[in-house]
Amino acid sequence: MSTIAPQFRLSRFIGSLFDIIFWVILIFSLVGLPIVFIILFYIKMPLVNNQMLTPYLAMTWMADPSRTLPIIKSFIHTTLFHVMAFPGFGFAALLAAATIFVERKFLAKIQLRVGPLYCGKIEGILQLMGDGLKLISKEIIIPAKADKPIFWVGPLLFVGTAGAFVSLIPVARGWVVANPTVGLLAVFATIGFFPIISVLTAWAANNKWTFIGGLRALHQMIAFEIPLILSLLSVVILTGTLNLSQIAESQQHYWWIVFAPISAIVFFICIIAELERIPFDLPEAESEIVAGWLTEFSGMMYGLIQLGTYLKLYAFAGLFTVLFLGGWNGPMVWPPFPADIVTNGITIGPVTAKIAGLPLFDQDMLNGTLWFVIKTVGVILLILLPRGVFPRIRIDMLLHTGWYKLIGLAFINIFIALGLLYAGVLGPGGLIQ
Amino acid sequence: MTTQLPPGIQLENIDDRIMTLNVGPQHPGSGHMRLIIKVDGDYIVSCDPDPGYVHRGEEKMAEYRNYIQNIPHLERPVIHDSSNILYPYCLAVEELLGIEVPERAKYIRVIAAELNRCIYILYWLAIYGIFLGHSTMFMWPAGDRELFIDLLEAMSGARVTHAYLVPGGVRNDLPANFEERCLRQVDYFEKRLKEYQAVFYKNPILISRTEGTGILSRTDAIRLGTTGSVLRASGVNFDIRKKEPYDVYENLDFEPVVMKEGDSYARSYVPYLEMFESCRIIRDAIRKMPKSGSVRTKLKPNPKGGNDEVYKRVESGRGALGYYIVSNNRPEPYRVKISVGSFRNLICMPYLLKGELLGNMPAVYWSLNYWPVEADR
Repeated sequence: MSTIAPQFRLSRFIGSLFDIIFWVILIFSLVGLPIVFIILFYIKMPLVNNQMLTPYLAMTWMADPSRTLPIIKSFIHTTLFHVMAFPGFGFAALLAAATIFVERKFLAKIQLRVGPLYCGKIEGILQLMGDGLKLISKEIIIPAKADKPIFWVGPLLFVGTAGAFVSLIPVARGWVVANPTVGLLAVFATIGFFPIISVLTAWAANNKWTFIGGLRALHQMIAFEIPLILSLLSVVILTGTLNLSQIAESQQHYWWIVFAPISAIVFFICIIAELERIPFDLPEAESEIVAGWLTEFSGMMYGLIQLGTYLKLYAFAGLFTVLFLGGWNGPMVWPPFPADIVTNGITIGPVTAKIAGLPLFDQDMLNGTLWFVIKTVGVILLILLPRGVFPRIRIDMLLHTGWYKLIGLAFINIFIALGLLYAGVLGPGGLIQ
Repeated sequence: MTTQLPPGIQLENIDDRIMTLNVGPQHPGSGHMRLIIKVDGDYIVSCDPDPGYVHRGEEKMAEYRNYIQNIPHLERPVIHDSSNILYPYCLAVEELLGIEVPERAKYIRVIAAELNRCIYILYWLAIYGIFLGHSTMFMWPAGDRELFIDLLEAMSGARVTHAYLVPGGVRNDLPANFEERCLRQVDYFEKRLKEYQAVFYKNPILISRTEGTGILSRTDAIRLGTTGSVLRASGVNFDIRKKEPYDVYENLDFEPVVMKEGDSYARSYVPYLEMFESCRIIRDAIRKMPKSGSVRTKLKPNPKGGNDEVYKRVESGRGALGYYIVSNNRPEPYRVKISVGSFRNLICMPYLLKGELLGNMPAVYWSLNYWPVEADR
């Protein structure tokens, strides 16, 4: 059993960090530096701009912003950065963490509680970190009769699929990890993986509760995937494209929620069902089937599933924003980068440094990101709200809602969209003027 | 494989379509008991409740303690309703020992019992909410319970297990300014109760989930011997406070809540409406209570009961709650038998759950107003 030491003290922990730093510096200066100089003695250094590249010169360059900034700027535009940090995983995980915190405080306010309070001094802001530490330090228990390879790979597949979904969401103009021409079809393909993962892990855990939960997840997701796809058809008819960036671009003057309100409502309900959130949290219904298909997961495996769930929540909210709420489009509110810094440079004391490559991000992208985040957070809050208001629905009512009502409603808006198109009000990609 | 089975033991026929689920005792939706449920797909084929996991031998313990020492441990089966579970014991011992209770003490007992009934129903309602996946309905009643817990703490000094009712009256008099404080909190509480209606009882999803599920007809309710809110939700106007009034209930102004539907919704709505009646009783009792006077008739040390037997029952939060005490000229009772409403309501669960969806199981189970610890005693 692995646990955090019972007498954990933050001061001692920080003290031990300083100890480690001290020893690293000591050993580096006593052993590492002599070795470096001995090696340099035998190596012929190259000439750069008629200057010999000494370690001193290399370090001077590293501290020179006019040389490092272009490197950073070109790194920002690499695929690695896109996947890891900004429109991809890092950004989504940050928003997901903020979502978890907001969800807890928001629900606590609805339920007349305080929510997390102590961890991190200010309103329990570090509670998520504490929970993560707890999950990492917990033992991972695997049932004896489980199908071990599939059981192990389930959470990883879940996070991977959620990450693939995140990568399709355009955050600002040109800022998207993967931008296929058939982006919407790629989204449907990614969503289609989730029920398979649920059923696989549920079957692999070899437990009655996970089995029932997995079957429920399968029923629910299939029942709601068809109205989900149908509800997005009206947007595709109106825009004439499947590319998500182009769909967002086409909403510069008005949002598609104006012409496809029924589709938006149907899509929103389908989002809640796909995310297995209350009132559609049947696959995890606690009082009926313990925790559904998550029953046997423990420790960080459960943590990964939770991470995947919140990434999925962000991705669905982002998709709603891109398709119906205009994506990154919005009035320009971000202040422009000061022009005199670009032309005249920055004066720091007696030195005036002219730095090439500023600004790192252009105004358009920052403004687009701001609007995208504002709209997405609004949609996320709307998705969280039913948890404080509604009880859980029953499986027969759920299937009835999905197969009968939502599919019919989705068709209504398809006909409205076709009517608008043929009446000549709208052309592909905008109003006909 | 043919094995010789002991006589009287049969192997169960196994059907591939039927899956047996052990709901409990370590299941978030079971309480301290086990339900052996057989499901065909999502439909329940049979349900076999298996109580007894928290049996503590309260009845046997009572035979080794005298009438005063029995007070604190007899309230343990339902600590949320501790005044009501002690009430019939006090009534029975008073009749056995021939004690007169002062008039003021009778009113204080009624107030304590009604406050405790509200505390119990709120706790029950909180769990009903979380069973249906409504977390707000868990937090609100659990928070509003504090109002009445604070009142009972001011009366008795303890927050949950009060041991406030004793044979011969109540343990101590009310604190100063109790009446104003109680009325203020009851007023506030009624305002809060109306908000529950908006968020829970008028919620379309809740109505569609509970209406028409687990219907117990009037004849079945009588035939199966149910009691309390389950009986009244099936249309039988039976409330011991009205039918066999004890203490001062006959002087007080209230109406028993009766509904005709007999489904889960009615069974969950009746206790909610009873809280309004409890508030009415508390107001009336505070108005009619003598403003001063003794609250306790002192007993002789180590009192002996005669060669006698006595049965007394009251209306608790879960229905009729009776004590049958046999005494044989000794300071300890010869036999104490507690008849509890929970156990009597449990019997209709196999009838109600047969043919229901598994998703209806929590809604039907907890609407029976069943408290596993009390049923096991």
